[in-house]
Amino acid sequence: MELSYFAIIIGAIFVNNVVLAQFLGICPFLGVSSKVDTSLGMGAAVTFVMALTSIVAWAIQTYILVPLHIEYMQTIVFILVIAALVQMVEIILKKISPSLYQALGIFLPLITTNCAVLGVAILMIQKEFNLLQSFAYSVSTAIGFAVALVIFAGIRERLELDGVPAALKGIPIALITAAILAMAFMGFSGLV
Amino acid sequence: MPRKEAKMNKMQIVLSGILKNNPTFVLVLGMCPTLGTTTSAINGMGMGVATMAVLIMSNLVISLIKNFIPDKVRIPAFIVVIASFVTIIQMLMQAYVPSLYAALGVFIPLIVVNCIILGRAEAFASKNGPIDSILDGVGIGLGFTLALTAIGAVREVLGSGAIFGYSLGIADYMPLVFVLAPGAFFVLGYMMVLFNKLAKK
Repeated sequence: MELSYFAIIIGAIFVNNVVLAQFLGICPFLGVSSKVDTSLGMGAAVTFVMALTSIVAWAIQTYILVPLHIEYMQTIVFILVIAALVQMVEIILKKISPSLYQALGIFLPLITTNCAVLGVAILMIQKEFNLLQSFAYSVSTAIGFAVALVIFAGIRERLELDGVPAALKGIPIALITAAILAMAFMGFSGLV
Repeated sequence: MPRKEAKMNKMQIVLSGILKNNPTFVLVLGMCPTLGTTTSAINGMGMGVATMAVLIMSNLVISLIKNFIPDKVRIPAFIVVIASFVTIIQMLMQAYVPSLYAALGVFIPLIVVNCIILGRAEAFASKNGPIDSILDGVGIGLGFTLALTAIGAVREVLGSGAIFGYSLGIADYMPLVFVLAPGAFFVLGYMMVLFNKLAKK
């Protein structure tokens, strides 16, 4: 892969935004995006876990799965690694930094089922990135997730106060808002 | 909820998955593949059938082994069962329908984290017998497949003027945006409104 780091980072944050262009991590995007504060917390937690996952998943793929020729085990191994990693992060954070745990704690269990984390791990292997590229890709994807989440939360806070037709209340209006946001993000295509 | 479901007869289990508990329009689960793979009716249908296969098999196995799994490790155990079936489906699709496999891409391995499957394992298969669990898998799976096929068909007609790959000869007049990312959100949003309106009557 002959991609510059700049292209990887801008591409992952804006052009191929994980939520709005690749449709990964939609559940937390719709679920935890009613307030700007909580969406910031979720974004931070996802960034943290994705950065860790990318390193561990890359190492496992390169030093265990490929030498043993068991690449087909990728899905099972990665999901278990992510689940274990999230548990570990939770336990360590609780011990080391209770204040950070207070802030991120409730989001951590949700991350195991965030398909963006597993998706990014699989995609970065598919794109044949090296370790540093994988790390850059994962972190910028997570930032892209956080950016989309926070913008969306800001819009939804306003939307609460508006008279939305009864049939559209809740998820439907959120989806239509996301559609308009996705259209705005399409403006970035061709940037990289 | 589970007690009420246990009393249902076989037909009701299947039907409830399609209408009353439709995973896409009512429960709003599994949104990522719903939005990501419905660029055409065939892709949506392929994704739905792949998910249904995993769901039926994992429901069956989980309902058979539910008494042997300690309560504390039940979620990891469920995930391993689901991940195994996803890997099998992945290999089968790669071998027999390579073009569909390529079109669905990363969403095939991501069936593992589809909340519908883990949700049914937890809410239904771990409390009911194998036959009922299979039927629940069929019902929810059909509900998901029908929803994805419908969304895929609407997007295909609006975006590329075709249905199930057959051109309707109107491609030049259709806004391509419906096949792209924003169209996915738009179509799903408005179809949800329509489904809720019709279901309430």
